[in-house]
Amino acid sequence: MSENLTLVTMGGDYAERYGFRDPEDFFVKAPKGLNHEVVEMISRLKKEPEWMRELRHKALDTFLAKPMPSWGNLDMLSRINFDEITYYLRSTEKQETSWDEVPENIKRTFDRLGIPEAERKFLAGVTAQYESEVVYHSVKEELTKQGVIFLDMDSGLREHEDLVREYFASVIPVADNKFSALNSAVWSGGSFIYIPPHTEVTIPLQAYFRINAENMGQFERTLIIADEGAKVHYIEGCTAPVYSTNSLHSAVVELIAKKGATIRYTTIQNWATNIYNLVTKRAVALEDARVEWVDGNIGSRLTMKYPAVVLKGERAHGEVLSIAFAGPGQHQDAGAKITHLAPHTTSQITSKSISKDGGRATYRGLVKVRKGAEGCKTSVQCDALLIGHGARTDTYPTMEIDEDDVRVEHEARVSKLGDEQLFYLRSRGLTDAQARLMIVNGFIEPFVRELPMEYAVELNRLIELEMEGSVG
Amino acid sequence: MSTNDTLIFACHDVHVTVGDREVVKGVDLAIRRGEIHAIMGPNGSGKSTLANALMGHPMLTLSGRVELAGEEIAELDPDEKARRGLFLAFQYPVAIPGVTVASFLRAAVSARRGAEVPVREFRKELVARMEQLEMNPSFAGRYLNEGFSGGEKKRLEILQLLMLQPRFALLDETDSGLDIDALKIVAQGINAAATAESGILLVTHYQRLLNYVKPHVVHVFMDGRIVRSGGPELALELEERGYDWLEPVAAAGGGR
Repeated sequence: MSENLTLVTMGGDYAERYGFRDPEDFFVKAPKGLNHEVVEMISRLKKEPEWMRELRHKALDTFLAKPMPSWGNLDMLSRINFDEITYYLRSTEKQETSWDEVPENIKRTFDRLGIPEAERKFLAGVTAQYESEVVYHSVKEELTKQGVIFLDMDSGLREHEDLVREYFASVIPVADNKFSALNSAVWSGGSFIYIPPHTEVTIPLQAYFRINAENMGQFERTLIIADEGAKVHYIEGCTAPVYSTNSLHSAVVELIAKKGATIRYTTIQNWATNIYNLVTKRAVALEDARVEWVDGNIGSRLTMKYPAVVLKGERAHGEVLSIAFAGPGQHQDAGAKITHLAPHTTSQITSKSISKDGGRATYRGLVKVRKGAEGCKTSVQCDALLIGHGARTDTYPTMEIDEDDVRVEHEARVSKLGDEQLFYLRSRGLTDAQARLMIVNGFIEPFVRELPMEYAVELNRLIELEMEGSVG
Repeated sequence: MSTNDTLIFACHDVHVTVGDREVVKGVDLAIRRGEIHAIMGPNGSGKSTLANALMGHPMLTLSGRVELAGEEIAELDPDEKARRGLFLAFQYPVAIPGVTVASFLRAAVSARRGAEVPVREFRKELVARMEQLEMNPSFAGRYLNEGFSGGEKKRLEILQLLMLQPRFALLDETDSGLDIDALKIVAQGINAAATAESGILLVTHYQRLLNYVKPHVVHVFMDGRIVRSGGPELALELEERGYDWLEPVAAAGGGR
């Protein structure tokens, strides 16, 4: 551990449990900063096909040409120094399928985070990404026999080039926004999943993302295709050491739910508070398909993330259920985007945010209904809870409805953790801290009950840490 | 046994202010173990303020001495008072969305007993107490007071009284908003909680609860003071004559 790095003060025991760091031991590391040489180096290292190499270079041009977003937390965004970031870092020579083969220091990291144990207990498959590359990957044999493909994105491109070429950037075009262009230029790692028709993967697949190095950029790319009538639940988690300098995490996630398919994508984002988390996530749902984003944001300095569902086929259903916890110095700018293109499509957005002691949460949502998409239903509910002094919440719900035959429900509520609620609980013997935690846990309960049990326990524990040292 | 040993609850010269307005203007009470007292008074007389201030409501400032089983508790935080055995049944219990009745009660019972109550033991006790109050078992899984009817809220307060087994309970308008059947059940719960060792103070506007819960002492509360104390017959007299005939007494006592 370098002595000259100061630990950023964080609530709870993040530094101890997740914030530990390993010596930066790399196999290949790109020089700092971003240019065509770095892009070329990444593509050559990965021995990619020509079309991908070209896509990366074009994407870099797009990234460089596009201005930074003109909305959101401009002050925080202006602090990202793209020249100081390392865009590619490979720590190991190759990917392993057995934890025993993973280099000792990295294995220790994932052991401390409980990943191998979780895999044994309740997962159908796991990828573990460390810096830019997936260092461990494993999937239950019976899934492979059913024709399920669960690979890291690089292997996906090598082994299933046709599928990747067909769908890569089909949901989120390279030029969608500045950060999708950045990801497209320097992407590395992430998951590639294909579920064959009428195949149900009943136990979750998980990916775990770890950034260890300082001033690092992680740009994983995930593509999930659920074929007709297929069903899958994918879960991702992430942590990083706590540094005083900033790192950047900018993922692109594309989901394709074909006719009658169901995809649930669950995220528990617990980055250290020096990470800028600028992520683009979008799904396309065809006829009778169902896509659910279950999105929990606890960590990071600034998160800007608006999981989207494009309801393209009749009767498709899209759902975004999210919670955000913004402590001191954090800004969670999160939301959802639903586009109703086909008749009788339905959507539901439930957003819950907690801002505490100077923390800031923003809900930014967009629901669009195109002309001709008759009989659609959409419901948006935003609840914000303010705790302590200087906490801030903003809600920007936008509706663009071009069709008359639509049912729209919208409800927004802001509440302050109330004196009367606290007094009631304290009059029953609960301490001030216990009472606050109970109120907050109750507030996020609609989210927590959607998580697999192990994740619910972990999330409640994270919230408990965040609530420590809470003052009136 | 000296007087102090038999007293479960006492207050001396208690004043309560809301902001800079004095609402309770000097109250003395001495309640012995095994006794039920009733404070009756018209709306706005300050009796609910007294009950909330005794529990330690943060918006109310209390001065004077308050003793629970001989120990001074006036300065303690509400949770400390609760753990020592003081209880307040709220007139308007607040909702806590997302927290089930069962998980709330288990946390409260654990706090009161000073040790985590094992789940199975807790469940058994909860089911028995709920049966006693003729509550549907599904009640335990509902969110605390969220969407509860007035009667359901009051019943839940009494369920808490039975589960927490306080040494001294303040019951603030527990009879309001109850139909006659619910009133009987609630009264039966209060009677079950009244043990030889504990004490109860009923704060009420009407005397109809007193048909089912027999107080040993009735205090008439007007304009921030106890203006008269007597036996159960005083409640009947109030029922018959209202509070108006007492008004001059309050004024004579130094009123506003």
